[in-house]
Amino acid sequence: MLRTLPLVAGGLLLAGCGGGVLDPQGPVGDGNRQILLNSLAVMLVIVVPTIIGALVFAWWFRASNSKARYRPGFTYSGRIELIVWSIPTLTILFLGGLIYYGSHALDPRRPLGPADKTLEIEAVALDWKWLFIYPAQRIATVNELTIPAGTPVRFRLTSASVMNVFFVPQLGSMIYAMNGMESELNLQADRPGELYGQGAHYSGSGFPGMNFTVHVVPAEAFSGWAAAVADGPGVLDAKSYRALALQSKDVPPSAYGEVQDGLFDAIVRQEIPPAPGPSGGRGGAPDVHPEARAESLSGSAAESAADVPGANLCTAPAGTIRTTALGAKRGG
Amino acid sequence: MSATTATGGLPSDISSRSGAHDPYRLGRHDGGAGVGEGGPASRYVTVSYGFWIFLLSDIIMFSAFFAGYAVLSGATEGGPTGRELFDLPRVAIQTGLLLTSSFTCGLASLASHRRDQLFTQVWLAVSGLLGAGFLLLELQEFATMISDGAGPSRSAFLSSFFALVGCHGLHVGLGLLFLATMMAQLAVKGFRDDILRRLHCFNLFWHALDIVWIAIFSLVYLLGASS
Amino acid sequence: MLGKLDLSAIPLDEPIPLVAALVVFLAAVGVLGWVTIRGWWPYLWREWITSVDHKRIGVMYIVLAALMLLRGFVDAIMMRTHQAATLFGPGYLPPDHYDQIFSAHGTIMIFFASMPFIIGLMNFVVPLQLGVRDMAFPTLNSVGFWLTASGALLVNLSLVIGEFARTGWLPYAPLSELDYSPGVGVDYYLWAIQISGVGTLFTGVNLVTTILKMRAPGLGYLRMPIFCWTSLASAMLIVAAFPILTATLAMLTLDRYLGFHFFTNAGGGNPMMFVNLIWAWGHPEVYILVLPAFGVFSEIFSTFSSKPLFGYRSMVAATLFICVVSFTVWLHHFFTMGAGANVNAAFGIATSIIAVGTGVKIYNWIFTMYGGRIRFDTPMLWALGFITTFTVGGMTGVLLAVPAADFVLHNSLFLVAHFHNVIISGVLFGSFAGYTFWFPKAFGFRLHEGWGKAAFWLTLAGFILVFAPLYLVGLEGMTRRLQRVPVEGWGPPLLVALLGVAVMMAGAACQIIQLVVSIRRRESLRDETGDPWDGRSLEWSTSSPPPAFNFARLPHVENEEPYWSVKQRSIEGQPLEAPDSYEPIEMPKRSATGFLTAFFATAIGFALIWHIWWLAILGFIGAYATFVVFAWRDEAEVEIPAEEVARIDRERLRVREAWYRRREEAA
Repeated sequence: MLRTLPLVAGGLLLAGCGGGVLDPQGPVGDGNRQILLNSLAVMLVIVVPTIIGALVFAWWFRASNSKARYRPGFTYSGRIELIVWSIPTLTILFLGGLIYYGSHALDPRRPLGPADKTLEIEAVALDWKWLFIYPAQRIATVNELTIPAGTPVRFRLTSASVMNVFFVPQLGSMIYAMNGMESELNLQADRPGELYGQGAHYSGSGFPGMNFTVHVVPAEAFSGWAAAVADGPGVLDAKSYRALALQSKDVPPSAYGEVQDGLFDAIVRQEIPPAPGPSGGRGGAPDVHPEARAESLSGSAAESAADVPGANLCTAPAGTIRTTALGAKRGG
Repeated sequence: MSATTATGGLPSDISSRSGAHDPYRLGRHDGGAGVGEGGPASRYVTVSYGFWIFLLSDIIMFSAFFAGYAVLSGATEGGPTGRELFDLPRVAIQTGLLLTSSFTCGLASLASHRRDQLFTQVWLAVSGLLGAGFLLLELQEFATMISDGAGPSRSAFLSSFFALVGCHGLHVGLGLLFLATMMAQLAVKGFRDDILRRLHCFNLFWHALDIVWIAIFSLVYLLGASS
Repeated sequence: MLGKLDLSAIPLDEPIPLVAALVVFLAAVGVLGWVTIRGWWPYLWREWITSVDHKRIGVMYIVLAALMLLRGFVDAIMMRTHQAATLFGPGYLPPDHYDQIFSAHGTIMIFFASMPFIIGLMNFVVPLQLGVRDMAFPTLNSVGFWLTASGALLVNLSLVIGEFARTGWLPYAPLSELDYSPGVGVDYYLWAIQISGVGTLFTGVNLVTTILKMRAPGLGYLRMPIFCWTSLASAMLIVAAFPILTATLAMLTLDRYLGFHFFTNAGGGNPMMFVNLIWAWGHPEVYILVLPAFGVFSEIFSTFSSKPLFGYRSMVAATLFICVVSFTVWLHHFFTMGAGANVNAAFGIATSIIAVGTGVKIYNWIFTMYGGRIRFDTPMLWALGFITTFTVGGMTGVLLAVPAADFVLHNSLFLVAHFHNVIISGVLFGSFAGYTFWFPKAFGFRLHEGWGKAAFWLTLAGFILVFAPLYLVGLEGMTRRLQRVPVEGWGPPLLVALLGVAVMMAGAACQIIQLVVSIRRRESLRDETGDPWDGRSLEWSTSSPPPAFNFARLPHVENEEPYWSVKQRSIEGQPLEAPDSYEPIEMPKRSATGFLTAFFATAIGFALIWHIWWLAILGFIGAYATFVVFAWRDEAEVEIPAEEVARIDRERLRVREAWYRRREEAA
C-alpha cells in the first residue's frame, strides 16, 4: 500500500488540474470538493499511521528478529480495546458532523439565489440524448447546454424512459432523472467556458453518446444567444417530442426555436407516455407478452390524440405532484 | 441402528432423543443436550431448528412483498381500489377455513404422538381439505377479479395485491403437496422417526402460513376494505 | 414446441462470443472425453457428484469459484483492452456486446466466483473447526452446491444461446423491464440468480443450524474460533437478506412474464422501489462476502504470529455489530436519487458507523501481530496485502458515504475503484489466503511457496496499477460502463490500468502454475502431521486430508484454542491423544438428490427463459419425484465399523509419530 500512496497522491494533484471534480467551476462544485478533501484529510490522519503501524509491526516482530520480544500472552488489554474502539468512533463522530453539514449545505434542492434571478432549465433524459428546455425563453436544445455565468440555474429533471443521471463534473452535484418523476438540482457556473457534461447512469446501448457540452457564456451574452435560438427553426411540441424520444445514438447538438408550454409537466405526469424501447433483442422479438403489445398500440393511439392541435397538455391543470418516499416528485 | 424402528417416547420430548439414545445421531458420538456446547444436538432438534430458520427466511420474503404492497397500494391508476374489490365475508370464510385447518393439523400432531395411524391420517386429511377449500375460494376470488378487468396488470396496486396474496396461495398449494406426500409416506412407512420429524416440520410450516395469512387478512383486506 | 428458441438465438453474426463459446465447448468436451477414456466416471459419481461430505462439497464449491473467477477475469480483460483500444479506434466490442460483458463480469464475480469461494471455505472449514463430523443437513448441502452450479451453467449458456443481460450486474428497472430489454438476457439473469439464490439460502440455513446446534462438547460460544463466528454472522445475513433478493427478482419476473406493474414506468409501477429492495439485499451481501474473509484473516494473523487473536471478544462484538448495522445503510447506494438532506445524512452517518466495526478489527489484527513471532508464508502475505490495501478501500468507502462527496463520485470510476478495492483486497485476497492456508488440510500437501509468493506480489502490484488510475480518472469525472471513452484526457490512466491488468494476468498465471507444480511435487510438499502451519484450532488436530468422519472421537474443548493447548500439554510431557478404544461411526449416505435437483432446476430455468412450457412442467415433476425418492429411502446412514475407525486413526497417529521422530533425529 505504501507504494500506492504516492501514486494516489500524484493522481490527486494531476486530477486537480485536469478538469474533473477537483477543478470545480462553480459554488456547488467548490462545496463538493471542500467536503471531499476535508473528509479525506480527517481519515488520512488515522489511515496513514494505521497502515504504517501494520507494516512496521509485521516487520519488527518477524520470527527471525531476535531483538523483538515474543509475548504470546499479550491477547487482551482493556486500555487498548478502549482506544481501539474510540479512535474510529471519534473519527466517525467528527465525520458525522461533516456529513450532516454537507448534506444540508449541498442539498441539491437548495436554491442558490433569489428565484427571480434564477434561470430555470428543464432537462429530459431521452434514449440516448439530453433535451434541455428553457421554459422562460421558450426554446430547447438537444445535447448542448448553454448557461449564463454567475447566474444560479435551477434544473428540473425527468426521464422519458429509463433512469439516468445528469452530471456536469465541474459544476458539482449530480442527480437522477426518472420517468414519471421530477427531481431538482441547483447549480451555478462562475466563469465563462466550455464544460463537459454527461449522463452518469448506464441506460442502454447508446449510453456512451449521452454527453454534451456546457457552454457557459457571459451573463449579458445569454439573452442574445437565446434570442438567436428563438429565431431559428424547429418547434418542439408533443409530436416532434415523440419523434425525438425514439431511440437514437450519437445525436449531434441541435435546437428548437419554439417550445410548446407545459411539455415538461406533461412528460412528468406521463400524459405523454414513456418513450418506447428497442423493437427486439436476441430471443425477444417473437413473443412479447400481449399486454406490452397492447400498451404500445394504445401509445400510438395517444400519440394521434396528442397530434390534435390544442391537445389538452398545454392547458393541463397543475395537477397534484406528490412527493414519494425518496423525495423525488411523482406526477399524479 | 436401524432407521425404521419407532422408539418410545414423544418426538417432542427432547431428552428422550438426546444423548446416546438418539438413533439419528448421524455420526455423532455424544448426542448433546440440545445446546451446542454440550456437544451436537440430537437430530430432532437440529431438524426443527433448521426448519425454523427456513421459516424465518420465508417470512422475510413475505415482508418484502408486504413492503411492495405498502408502497404500491395507492397506485390504483384510476382502476378499482381495495374497497371496491374486497369481499370481506368470503375472506372471513377463508380465514376460518385456514385457522381451523391449523387446529386439525395440531390434532393430527397429537394423534401422531400417540402413534395413532388412523386419527393422524384423518386429521391430516381434514386439514388438507380445509386448506384446499381455502385455496379454492382464493382462486375463485382471483378469477372473478380478473374477469372483471381487475387483473394484476390493471395497476401497480393490483400487481402487488396479486403477488402478495398469490405468494401465500402458492405456499398453501405447496403445503398441500407436502401434506399429501406425508400422508402417503406415513401410510407406507409408519411412524418412523424421520417421518415424525417431517410431520413436525409440516406442522410448523402450516402454522407459519397462518401467521402470514393473519397479516394479509388484517393489513390487506381489513385495511383495504376500510380505507 | 421450443418456445422462443430457434436458430437465430445462436450469435452466428458475432464472432467473439461464438469463438469463445466454441473454445469453452471444445475444452469441456476434451475434459469429459478424458474422464471417459480414463474411466473416472464411477469414481467421480461415487466420491464427488453424489457426495454429501462437507469437505468434498467445499472443494467442489471452490473449483466452481475458480473456474468462474477465470471467466469473470476474461471479461475484465476484455473490458480494459476494449476501453483502451477505443482511445485509438472503434475498439473491438460493439455496445450490445460490451454491455453484456460488464453485466456478466459483475454477476459472475459476485454470485458465481466470490460467493462459491467464500461458501466453499465455510463448508470445508466450519465443521472441522467445530469438531464435528458434518454439517447439520449434509444432503441439503449437496443440493445447495448443485443449485449454485446450475445457476453458473445458465449464465454461461447465455454466451451461446441467446444473450446475457445488458443492464449491469443489478438489473435496475425500468431498463430491465420488457419494454427496454425485450431479449432473453434479463431472463437468463433472473432465473440463474433465482436458482443459485435458493441454493445459497439452503447453505445459509445449514450453516446457522450447524454452528448454533452442532459443536464439539465444551465448545461454548466464546470458545468458537473467530472464523466460525464470522461464518455465523455471514450465514445469518444470508438467511435474512437473500429472501429479499428472491422476492425482488420474483417481482421483476412477474413484470416481465405476466405484465405486472411493480417497477414499470406504466401502470403506476415504481422503479425506485426496485432500487431500494435490491440494495436492501445488496448491502448485506457485501458483508456476507467480506465477514468470512475477515475470519480467514483473523485465523491467519493469529496462526502466523504464533499468538492467540488479540481482543477476541472485541472481534466477536465487532462482527455482530457489522452484521446488524449492515441492514441500515442501503440508501447510500443512491444518495443522488433525490432523498432529502436529513435522510441522506442519516444513512451517511449509519454507513460510516459500520466503519467503526471494521476499524476495530484492523487494530486488533495489528495488535495480534504485536509481540508475535511472525512467519511470512504466503497466507500471511495475502493478509498483510489485505490489511494495507483494504484500509485505503475502506477510507474511500467512507468518503463515498459522505453524501456531499458522493454527489460528485456516484457512478464514477472512483466508485468502481472503491468497490474493487474492498472486494479484491477483502474477498479475493481472503479467498486466496484461505485457499493457501487450508489447501494442505484438504489434499494432504502444501502449495508451492515460491510460486505462491510470486502470485501474491504480481497480483498486488497489478491490482494497485489497475485501480489507482481508476480512482484518478473517476475524480476527473469519468463515469462507469462506457463502451467508448469520450474525453481524451482520460486516456493515460486507462492505459496504466491496462498495464495493471497484464500484471494481474501474470499473477493469475503464477497461481495456476503453483497448483500444477504443487501437484507434481506433492511428495516433497506432503503434510504428514496434519498441522503444516503450527495451527491453533481443531481442524489441525486431524490428519490431512481428514478421514470422512473428520474425528475418530469428538474432541472435548476446554478453551478458546483447543489444539494449541493440546500441543502445549504434549510439550509438557503429556502425549497427544491416543484413545484405547474406538466406536463405530455413522455417516450420512451419499445421495444423487443434489445433482438431480440441479439437473431439473437447470431444465426448468432454461425452459422458462425460452418459454418452453412443457419442459418447465416436466422439470417440476422431475424435481418433485427426486424429493419423493429421497424421502422414501429407508437408510439414511452408513456405519463405519469400529475396526475401520481404529485402523484409520492409528495410521494417522503412526504417520505423525514417525514425522516427529524424524524431526527430532534431524534436530
